[in-house]
Amino acid sequence: MEKTIIPIGPYHPLQEEPEFFLLTVEGEKVVDIDVHIGYNHRGIEKLSETKTFDQSTFLIERICGICSTSHPFAYTRAVEDIIPIEVPERAKYIRTIIAEGERIHSHLLWLGLAGHFLGYNTVYMWAWKLREEILDVMEILTGNRNNYAMFKPGGVRRDIKSEDIPVVIKKIDSIVSTLEMLKKAVIDDPVLHARTKGIGILSKEDAINYCALGPTARASGVARDLRKDSPYGAYDKVEWDMIVTHNGDVFDKVVVRVLETFESIKIIKNCLLNLPGGEIDANIKDIPPGEGIGFIEAPRGECFHYVKSDGTNRPVRHKVRAPTFMNLPTYKATVIGEDISDATIILAAIDPCYCCTERMTVCNTKRKKIYNGKDLIKLSREKTEILRNKMGVK
Amino acid sequence: MSIKLKALLKSPWVFHLSTGSCNNCDIEILDCLTPRFDIERFGMLLVGSIKHADVLLITGSGNRKSMERAKRLYEQIPKPCLVVAVGECALSRGMFIHSYNCPVPIDKVIPVDVYIPGCPPKPEAIIAGVVKLIEKVRKSTEKK
Repeated sequence: MEKTIIPIGPYHPLQEEPEFFLLTVEGEKVVDIDVHIGYNHRGIEKLSETKTFDQSTFLIERICGICSTSHPFAYTRAVEDIIPIEVPERAKYIRTIIAEGERIHSHLLWLGLAGHFLGYNTVYMWAWKLREEILDVMEILTGNRNNYAMFKPGGVRRDIKSEDIPVVIKKIDSIVSTLEMLKKAVIDDPVLHARTKGIGILSKEDAINYCALGPTARASGVARDLRKDSPYGAYDKVEWDMIVTHNGDVFDKVVVRVLETFESIKIIKNCLLNLPGGEIDANIKDIPPGEGIGFIEAPRGECFHYVKSDGTNRPVRHKVRAPTFMNLPTYKATVIGEDISDATIILAAIDPCYCCTERMTVCNTKRKKIYNGKDLIKLSREKTEILRNKMGVK
Repeated sequence: MSIKLKALLKSPWVFHLSTGSCNNCDIEILDCLTPRFDIERFGMLLVGSIKHADVLLITGSGNRKSMERAKRLYEQIPKPCLVVAVGECALSRGMFIHSYNCPVPIDKVIPVDVYIPGCPPKPEAIIAGVVKLIEKVRKSTEKK
């Protein structure tokens, strides 16, 4: 059958970020996929080298708007790893609370968008309405809806006031009942079952081979969660369960994310109730030469930062590996062989975040060189110049 | 007021264009459509194609790869159109002013009518910005 290439993007109504997919299809079946990124690249790793360790946290926060806690969290852990230093207990709890709040809002955001892609705008509206409540909680705790600016190497910038705690707990309790209803509406819906079950299956072997992370891996039966495997913050001090399902299809990814929000609410509540007293900042003075790594479980999977210091107040190298970087290649295992109409939800199922991923631009000059207008004019002028020199004409 | 402009101001359809942003402004724009803010009741609608749009909401610091596309999209939008720059990056490139990949501010490439500052601007600010824009255009045409 004849192969057709469907270009999707870079500016399309599908997702809010620009990215470019090339779907090769035979009739209705997808036979190949290619992803072109680079529309979001801002050179953050390089910029980070021009800023001090303290300033960098604000820059790192702006890698991604949705993961605006995960990246500073991993970065501060990397800087603390260089020294090394232990963060005060209270700061650990506050960090955990903020990180889990972000997980709830990120998962709800994804759930809403997934509903939108499937034509379930009700789910979209409900999930985002609920998300507003979480953002309110975050605004009470941190003073901002999205970029919280709570993290600094050695601790947190702002304390949680004791009078805010009952207000936040009351608000979170009110969220649980609505979330319960949303869970029933999503997980028990027969149409959603028909639309998402058995679609875009990522088998356990594939998940391991492609190094899938986070909910994408956990939906395929890979029980990996940094919060359990290598506890940081206050995750080892509170009770919570890791959600693992075994089918690896889109429906399971939905289930993992929805159930994880309940766990996150449990963690936040536990942390707020058992918040220890004391300092919130370890007051780091100097950062010695050395290397450090920081890793945390972001809403989308493991987020990894590497920082190298030479003893000055600026990092000499900062490397970021976002979870989507590892999850993107799983498209090869999930999309191929499916219908075009299902491709949208499968592409969205890993909860891709391109602005996190775009840490580098790849220039593959081996295969072909792409000339643009400027290059062609330059080449043409150079040839004239060479000819002029040869002919001796001035 | 020309009939074109009158129709445009009655129910501005919005196309949202991200030129290398961190997602935050984009999500706040989407937030405007959801139940708490719900700008659809003012006739504003997010459309999927630039050819249906009256207002171009532009976010992000304008990186090299996406600015080429942004220029092309601006050429495709039916005129008269209005351009709104949302967020600190779109205004002045904010934190990314020294980045190697963000050489030119957006308003040097595309004429911008309204700037909405903030990192990210709250949905209230975005709505206020669009309302101000509509008022500004209406007043400027009434004088003539």
